[in-house]
Amino acid sequence: MTINEIQDELIEDFEFYTDWMEKYEYIIQLGKELPLIDESHKQDQFIIKGCQSKVWLFPNLMDGKLYFTADSDAVITKGLVSLMVKVLSGHTPQEIVEANLYFIDKIGLTEHLSPTRANGLLSMVKQMKLYAVALQNRV
Amino acid sequence: MTLKKIDINKIRSDFPILKREVNGKPLIYLDNGATTQKPQVVIDALVNYYTDMNANIHRGVHYLSQISTDAFEVTRRKVQGFIHASHDYEIILTKGTTESINLVAQCFGEAFISEGDEIIISAMEHHSNIVPWQMMCEAKGAVLKVIPMDSRGVLDIDIYKDMLSERTKMVAVTYVSNALGTINPVEEIIRYAHDYGAAVLLDAAQAIHHITIDVSKLDVDFLVFSGHKMYAPTGIGVLYGKEKWLNAMPPYQGGGDMIKDVTFAKTTYNELPFKFEAGTPNIEAGICLAYAIDYMTDIGLEAIKAYEDELLEYATLEILKIEGVRIIGTSEAKSSVLSFVVDGVHPYDIGVILDKLGIAVRTGHHCAQPVMDQLGIPGTVRASLAMYNTKEDIDIFIKGLQRAVDMLK
Repeated sequence: MTINEIQDELIEDFEFYTDWMEKYEYIIQLGKELPLIDESHKQDQFIIKGCQSKVWLFPNLMDGKLYFTADSDAVITKGLVSLMVKVLSGHTPQEIVEANLYFIDKIGLTEHLSPTRANGLLSMVKQMKLYAVALQNRV
Repeated sequence: MTLKKIDINKIRSDFPILKREVNGKPLIYLDNGATTQKPQVVIDALVNYYTDMNANIHRGVHYLSQISTDAFEVTRRKVQGFIHASHDYEIILTKGTTESINLVAQCFGEAFISEGDEIIISAMEHHSNIVPWQMMCEAKGAVLKVIPMDSRGVLDIDIYKDMLSERTKMVAVTYVSNALGTINPVEEIIRYAHDYGAAVLLDAAQAIHHITIDVSKLDVDFLVFSGHKMYAPTGIGVLYGKEKWLNAMPPYQGGGDMIKDVTFAKTTYNELPFKFEAGTPNIEAGICLAYAIDYMTDIGLEAIKAYEDELLEYATLEILKIEGVRIIGTSEAKSSVLSFVVDGVHPYDIGVILDKLGIAVRTGHHCAQPVMDQLGIPGTVRASLAMYNTKEDIDIFIKGLQRAVDMLK
């Protein structure tokens, strides 16, 4: 599936949940599906600094495609990370660099991109794109 | 003396924001340690300033400038009365607690600190009562020492006594801890410091709207606090300093209002308090601070404290019914702050879910990272109370917390 197809599918999934609490329960659930970062990679260099919760993100380039594994010490943050990884992982660096992440707004999570939320989601998206930029030439 | 009871329904009706909804739920505001909401009288005063009297102060001969200046200076005298200072010129109006501390650190440091001198702070300080002293110590070659606290969040006064010496020039401690709620034994702290001739700065940001403070009785050298944590607008704060210190300290910033005469060869500085008030201040917030003080004084600080203490006790008992809750900060002397963690749940997650239920709390390290490091936790959830909170607020908060914990565990 393309990045946009995955985004559209997530938007459709989220339409099912009208209540905020259900939405968050789903996000927590998604966190459990996150491909976890290998414990040995839980080092400072792979930490994305949010103010309150920690996020580890590890990039791996295989056959021209960029895969991410990650983790967080907060379960909602972990769910948000999982969403991003679902959308961006397994695509070429070029596709990741060019991705327009419209699904965040469509599923009502734009507030989590605000710097005051301090959950590192914004820095995470930036970091994923930075990895993609850095690895573009290696493909 | 029988304590008069506060009229909670009347008080709640004075705060218009309490009627609003958040995420479709009635707002339960428990983030008063960060800032308090404003009563209608303060909001009216703010609007009235721009509707009826806006002008720059301390310089115009025209009518509006005079009434603005008068109103601003009313605040100075209100603050003087509120904290029982000897003179109104010992009240410096600043942007807030942070600026007040920076002012003292820089100007007191300039006048009185030399290499090898010692400054004492405590293990439970807010970053704003750590960093300015670190900066000053670095500039002056002075040494920063820290009074340790135990796992309950109580300072070790015996160690503090041993730390004091002829080299100690300043002791800067918080009255009430923003992260733990601990009320520190400030009378003792001041007395021991004075035995060695050291000055004492009290950070009263978390105390001023809960505890009656008498600077003359305390004999404290500097007292700092913010307007916005005592029902006044943001952008106005107070530095009380004893005249003898303030006169001996150089000015903080140069600019208008703080001068007597300016030539390119030499400038002579204005007298207290204006020497420390360069530039146009936050006039409207300054004027409103007087209204906030009147509002609190009319209800009565003793009555407010008694009510808030009862509420804190109730919240403490109720929250401990939730499995896995551990209260952070269990000093016997506590004020209005309920800081806690829940085993196996990240504070941030709790904050997000409570927000969706219309409940505002603070999560994280509360700008007191060393406190969290010592206790080995990433942060806490903090519910902090004000006079308009009710037992119903606590019940809704506890129910919401239980729901969040069930969901997150």
